[in-house]
Amino acid sequence: MLKVILRSLLLLMVFWGGSAQAALTIEITQGVKGAMPIAIVPFTWEGSSPAAPLDITKIVTENLYRSGRFSPLPERDMLAQPNDPSKVNFKNWRVLGVENLVIGKVRVAANNQYIVQFVLFDVFRSTQITGQTFHVGKISDLRKTAHQVSDVIYEALLGERGAFDTKVAYVTQSKDRAGKPRYSLQVADADGHGPQAVLNSSEPLMSPSWSPDGRKLAYVTFEGGRSSIYTQDVYLGKREKISGFKGINGAPAWSPDGTRMALVLSKDGSPDIYVMNLLNKKLTRLTTSYGIDTEPVWTRGGDAIVFTSDRGGKPQLYQVTLSSRQVKRLTFEGNYNARATLSPDGRMVAMVHGNGNRYQIAVMDLENGAMQVLTDTSLDESPSFAPNGSMIIYATESRNKGVLSAVSVDGRVRQRLVLQEGDAREPVWAPYGK
Amino acid sequence: MNILRKALILVVPVVFLVGCASAPIDATDDVLTDSASGLNDSSTGGNTGGGNFGSGAGGSDDSAQITGIQDSSSIGRSELTLSDKSPSNLLNTRVIYFDFDRSKVRAEFTDVIAAHAEYLANNPGAQMKLEGHADERGSREYNIGLGERRGNSIARHLGLQGASRGQLDVVSYGEERPAAVGHDETSWGLNRRVEIIYTREQ
Repeated sequence: MLKVILRSLLLLMVFWGGSAQAALTIEITQGVKGAMPIAIVPFTWEGSSPAAPLDITKIVTENLYRSGRFSPLPERDMLAQPNDPSKVNFKNWRVLGVENLVIGKVRVAANNQYIVQFVLFDVFRSTQITGQTFHVGKISDLRKTAHQVSDVIYEALLGERGAFDTKVAYVTQSKDRAGKPRYSLQVADADGHGPQAVLNSSEPLMSPSWSPDGRKLAYVTFEGGRSSIYTQDVYLGKREKISGFKGINGAPAWSPDGTRMALVLSKDGSPDIYVMNLLNKKLTRLTTSYGIDTEPVWTRGGDAIVFTSDRGGKPQLYQVTLSSRQVKRLTFEGNYNARATLSPDGRMVAMVHGNGNRYQIAVMDLENGAMQVLTDTSLDESPSFAPNGSMIIYATESRNKGVLSAVSVDGRVRQRLVLQEGDAREPVWAPYGK
Repeated sequence: MNILRKALILVVPVVFLVGCASAPIDATDDVLTDSASGLNDSSTGGNTGGGNFGSGAGGSDDSAQITGIQDSSSIGRSELTLSDKSPSNLLNTRVIYFDFDRSKVRAEFTDVIAAHAEYLANNPGAQMKLEGHADERGSREYNIGLGERRGNSIARHLGLQGASRGQLDVVSYGEERPAAVGHDETSWGLNRRVEIIYTREQ
């Protein structure tokens, strides 16, 4: 029995954002037995106030734990709490079975800057693996620093880049006091902290998609009683309507170089895939089937688009090459495969894989076509890869609520993000950005 | 459930933009201007989905009576009116339901569609919005496609029976505006639908 269920124990984090309604709770629903034992000694605080303005140790510990790859030692089990490399006694940690040790400190420097320092040790070799010093200008940036510390530790020990210092966008639906639906496009840290609404509407919002630099979102709104596509700078709030044709305006997807947008229009009949040049707004039609062609995603090189089509009777994934317009079918297993998303390395495609009653997230190896179902829920939707490819965030239904969940690409680690009120859906993990 | 849905249609779309982090005030102002024009769009776009037709109904009754007399002399029944609220008036059926992943009109709705087609043919100034919807299963954008296919299916039937294409406007909401919120076959059956909304009655 490799897997161990840690349901509702060890970690229940409640994050309070701008309003109580936006609060998210993260639960690890399945962790990995055999995760790497690590000790993160509470960072010491050297400042005039009694405590540091932010508990960096707690954030780092929770990040590493939540990845499912680490098993942090509880603070109460620590035999010592050194804050300087010279005070570390590796024997204290070896006896506890700890393989890696993190110590650190936070202090206030001149002009109210914060200095965050940490060192990561290999306990069995008694050596320092890495260490770093961060100069932080504002209290509000300390959280970002905690995520960066987590990223450094993650990469040093696992050999792949961390994705803690990243953002996630998603759509929420709740009810206002009059009971009318209220839709909101939210952007939060990847751990669910600090959600901020970048758009609120009384009409449905759909299909958020990040620009490759992580600054803009494209999305679908129903303002004015019909669909249209906008792009919006998440940080400046400026937005632009790029598509408002008769019929469907849907499923925007930025090209890898950010100059083009794939989208779905039904202005010429049934829904088809188009590509818009974002500079001159010129449209190129890529597909012409009588069926529903939708949910385009770009391949890594930007020379082909994977999409959903029911041209063969049931929704399946297809790929169209931009230059030749040649279409090939990608999925053959199961009678419903839709809403593709490609892994950052381009090797895998994740999708909604269904049989009429159960809709789960599956991944397919594009090289050999092997399909693996990753989730044990039903009504799963909208998979999106972390920018390092380690996890897939998706939407599902739990206890009559729309919730966000994440699963590792091998299916071994699962976590759930539950909104306190209302439903959350359509999560999209932001790219690393530039 | 229908009444609730119709109440929702009447909601005037209002959009607020909030800059993430520290958005400059002028950017937010720009955006608010955008959303204000969105508001105008929706108010002119019409939202007469409710059952109360106001002052226009009187005039409608008068003209209906006149043509009704002529009709009854030729085909033996009076013309259909929207103001007749009796359950036997097929025009009062405003929701058409569908089978899973299908857009084919079920036999039980053919008379209802024929009645609406006849009304549109007799009232060339009338405008109808057909809102297509899907149940929650599967992906959202595919369901947008499915909702449109259902709306188009009704539009095609109406067109074949005398409505002109210019009277019909199809909008798909996919699974975004469910009529029932449960996660079971009963709710799904209520959500796979096309809603008929008269945005102009004559």
